[in-house]
Amino acid sequence: MVAQPSKLNVDSLTVWYGDKQVLNGISFDIKPNEIFSVIGPAQSGKTTLLRVINRTIDFTPNARVRGLVEVDGEDVAHVKDIYGFRRRIGMVAPLPVGLPLSIYDNVAFAPRSFGLSKREELDELVERCLTQAALWDEVKDRLNTLGTKLSGGQQQRLTIARALSHQPEILCLDEFSIAIDPVTTMKIEDVLKELRQDMTIILVTNLIQQARRLADRTMFLLNGDLIEVDDTEKMFSGVARNPKTNAFVAGTFG
Amino acid sequence: MWLTMPLLHRPKWKVVGEGLVEWLIRICGVSAVIFVFAIFFFVFWEAKGILFGEDRLDLWKFLTSEEWYPASESNPRYGASALIAGTASVTVLSMLIAVPFGLGAALFISEFCGPRLKEVLKITIELLAAIPSVVWGFIGITIMNQLVMRIFGAPIGLTVLNGAIILALMSVPIIVSIGEDALKAVPDSYREAAIGLGVTRWQMLYRVLLPAAKNGLLAAVLLGVGRAIGETMAVLMCTGHAVNNPFNTTFPFLHPLDSVRTLPATIAAELGETAQGSQHYQVLFVIGLLLFTITFVVNMTADLVVKGIKGK
Repeated sequence: MVAQPSKLNVDSLTVWYGDKQVLNGISFDIKPNEIFSVIGPAQSGKTTLLRVINRTIDFTPNARVRGLVEVDGEDVAHVKDIYGFRRRIGMVAPLPVGLPLSIYDNVAFAPRSFGLSKREELDELVERCLTQAALWDEVKDRLNTLGTKLSGGQQQRLTIARALSHQPEILCLDEFSIAIDPVTTMKIEDVLKELRQDMTIILVTNLIQQARRLADRTMFLLNGDLIEVDDTEKMFSGVARNPKTNAFVAGTFG
Repeated sequence: MWLTMPLLHRPKWKVVGEGLVEWLIRICGVSAVIFVFAIFFFVFWEAKGILFGEDRLDLWKFLTSEEWYPASESNPRYGASALIAGTASVTVLSMLIAVPFGLGAALFISEFCGPRLKEVLKITIELLAAIPSVVWGFIGITIMNQLVMRIFGAPIGLTVLNGAIILALMSVPIIVSIGEDALKAVPDSYREAAIGLGVTRWQMLYRVLLPAAKNGLLAAVLLGVGRAIGETMAVLMCTGHAVNNPFNTTFPFLHPLDSVRTLPATIAAELGETAQGSQHYQVLFVIGLLLFTITFVVNMTADLVVKGIKGK
């Protein structure tokens, strides 16, 4: 394979919460504009991995991190401007967190805090992000209501719009479709396929079929161990190297 | 069937016992309302003679006149406006000190300090809340008195400023502990979501945390105000106990180095000296009604404001 610089490089990443080890020295890399899915049962360390990447793990007092995580070759643990760095990573949490602001302000929150203040530019950005998150048509007439007043599925899409609002290079989606109906999920999946031209996407999902539909490559985590990472097709067609992978995607295990 | 069986065969004492306990806690709940009404009623009863009797009190004069000569043999005058001004001045000044201090401390404890320091601070602040008010008054008379005289060159240190500082010290623990609870109640997911968007800690604080916690913070401030208005002993000891209106029409509108007397302090100091049922005695109960009304209005406003925020 031709050596292509990786967007994200993870080497021997180990994470503990107190005495409990939740990631056991995993190594992988993600290429630019790739859609990379992470699958695995609960407690396998998927969310922790994302929290290490955008350094929100800093807010868990008893968490310890060893190993190397690089974005564009820059060590995440030692970035100088942590706020600027987090802007490069979009994060969509599994449980929708509508901030206690209006719908408009939820999306405009990040851009405003970076200094974007022109009303027309903000309007345009908000509309674009909400459209991409398949939410615009439902909320365009009530942009001033509180984001927390939306239904669970709408809040989830609001968080996607918010994550897009600061135009990240890497978009991390942590089980984004948990609270969304299948039709809307498909709409957003289509959007993700378009977005990959501009960004790298990490998709943590419990829906095996979703990973199969979208991802170029897939990684299977189990209890903090990296079981296997390979092209999605290989992972899901029953010819994976590790029998555990085959069992998991077939639904007979995990 | 196996699920409903045990329910059908509940022993009699259990059925009766549960009913009894339910009534008991119902009485506990309703008793609060009964007590409030009973207190209001008895205060009103003691005051009713002078409010509706033959020789009735001129309410307008009572509220506007500054002449408080209740013990005069020939011409007793009951003008409470200086007392009202005294209460207002001490309360306002103490809140100007306590609210920024208290909210700042709550923010620091909740958001900025480490877990170790947090424990130490919380315990210390609770300790501060446990100091009896008469001890605060003592501190006011001995230490603050000297400080106010020395720093501001006042002839006497028992002033609005002294009382306000002592009151602020007394209200700060309440504001801190309730404010901190309010901030703690904001889910961590809000903080992480905002931080995950790449905003700074201050932007997160200002735009997300404070709006999310505003109801609780407002409640903290209003409870502090309530404490300040109703406080008796410390203020009685610290403010000099002179009937005097510290407000005036020229800048800075309030003379913090004036001595004043507050409504609660007047009741505490004079009630023991009056003959039961006398005119003076009844007027003191009218002052009690006035205080009752003020706290009621403060609480109602707080309730409405909080509801207004919620309804939005």
